[in-house]
Amino acid sequence: MDNIKAKLTVKSKSSKREMNGKIISMFCTTIIVVLVISLIGFIASKGIAIFVVDKVNIFDFLTHSVWSADKTDSQGRPLLGALPMIVGSFGVTFLATIIATPFAVAAAIFMTEISPKLGNKVLQPVIELLVGIPSVVYGFIGVSVVVPLVRKMFGGSGFGILAGTFVLFVMILPTITSMSIDALKAVPRHYREAALAVGATRWQTISRVVLKAGAPGLFTAVVFGMARAFGEALAVQMVIGNAMLLPQNLISPASTLTSVLTMNMGNTVMGTTSNNALWSLALLLLLMSLLFNSLVKFIAKKGTL
Amino acid sequence: MSKPKIIDKIATVIIYAMAGFIVLILAGLLFYILGQGLQYVNWHFLTSRAESFSAGGGIGIQLFNSIFLLVLSMIISIPIATGTAIYLSEYSSNGRVANFIRTAIEILSSLPSIVVGLFGFLIFVINFDIGFSILSGALTLTVFNLPLLIRSIEDSLNSISSSQREAGLALGLSKFETVTHVIIPEALPAIITGLILSAGRVFGEAAALIYTAGQSAPPVDFTNFNPMSITSPLNLMRPAETLAVHIWKVNSEGLIPDVVAVSAGASAVLILAVLIFNLLARFIGNRIYSKMTGDK
Repeated sequence: MDNIKAKLTVKSKSSKREMNGKIISMFCTTIIVVLVISLIGFIASKGIAIFVVDKVNIFDFLTHSVWSADKTDSQGRPLLGALPMIVGSFGVTFLATIIATPFAVAAAIFMTEISPKLGNKVLQPVIELLVGIPSVVYGFIGVSVVVPLVRKMFGGSGFGILAGTFVLFVMILPTITSMSIDALKAVPRHYREAALAVGATRWQTISRVVLKAGAPGLFTAVVFGMARAFGEALAVQMVIGNAMLLPQNLISPASTLTSVLTMNMGNTVMGTTSNNALWSLALLLLLMSLLFNSLVKFIAKKGTL
Repeated sequence: MSKPKIIDKIATVIIYAMAGFIVLILAGLLFYILGQGLQYVNWHFLTSRAESFSAGGGIGIQLFNSIFLLVLSMIISIPIATGTAIYLSEYSSNGRVANFIRTAIEILSSLPSIVVGLFGFLIFVINFDIGFSILSGALTLTVFNLPLLIRSIEDSLNSISSSQREAGLALGLSKFETVTHVIIPEALPAIITGLILSAGRVFGEAAALIYTAGQSAPPVDFTNFNPMSITSPLNLMRPAETLAVHIWKVNSEGLIPDVVAVSAGASAVLILAVLIFNLLARFIGNRIYSKMTGDK
């Protein structure tokens, strides 16, 4: 009798295992959440030091174009204007996206509407390989092919926003393409059939029905591409020229948020003004990444309505 | 022909041309890198140490460092990613908590790798005082790799039909036993494909490593197996420049006269590694699938 009672009240081996498994999986999940929160917390706390400790005006930081931490203005605040880097980052991002999007959408149309067979056999592996090529290799090709080419065609040193744009164009092309393919694949088949049934040609079906129905997905793809371009560091740093000046034209040496971080983080001492200023740039990158993220969420919400 | 039909033809031609252009870009890239680089790749190049100022240096230590870092970060990230993926696909309901966790993972996966690298620099190198080392690099790569790994494992788990879960539960297995004995074995081919693809990405990552694993590769004695010794390849505390970081370093500092040769050769090795990872992912995934389903 007691034996049965004991057996019924004591947890079975199976349910103990279940408990352990659940605890382990929740523990792993907690690690990730703690990681993300501490990442944002640490970078934010380092990033605001320049405004709290060194009393730099946020507005000046975003709109002035002189970056030299050891010089001070009339009120004794360090001269830190991040405008050249902000312009550089947005410049390469927008230009690369503008060039890459038509190609990406065309490739997606090719894959889903025109020749899925050829697309799956050739285009799909090509895009997967392009995603896999490491960014330093793109940077190396940028230095050894793109920069000399730009120098030959447009003059100057070849380093600058234009070279950065070409390198980023190839880098974000596969990102935008593969997401655009998913977006167009998600358009229901009967939409196309309905358009063809009323006598539309294939291009009319694509341009007036498929692309419109897939628009939210295509926007998401473009935003992801922009996020990747904005955050890319080494490949851009290798071809942008690394001059912290406002770019005069597309072929004058410039810099981006990421290139300045890559170049200078190792040359400054922790806790100094010039170091704190770099962490503010890192915080700016983080905030932009969060912005791109919420943009994606916003589009997803709008798209389903 | 009517006007819409002509436009249709023109549009088709343009789309063909644009798709063809993308294929050409990749062909050009591969042709250039392999064509330029493979001539420098030989046994000496793959095994000798890098030179700082003179020509003729190799990539031996860098290659070893890349592989070592990859293995270490995989050992750390696979268990954590699997655990989280199991939680997300099997235990979490679609409530607020799950939503929050998913958002956190999405944020982590969309962060630029340089930001992840700086976080690693701040936490592991400075706060934990590990210094520029393999350990810092491996931990940072883990942070970089986790969100992508979690998503791929979760997708693999979600693709298993719920009737399998019901069958497991009906046999009296607990939820966790169902996952480990039924769901994971069935999802294994997809999981392994995802792992190999993410390994390829980790292998080529540089931005997250320049301020964590360091930009120098001190000489290593490959006959020294004492992990405590600073010249041992197994030492976790030595600075370890990887292959990808090396390409960046020689190009941006350019102190050696044969920059192009070294970086072309190293790029060719990196590209070959990525190609091998890609082929392996397809091959091993298919192989395990046909073995486990008895389908020949």
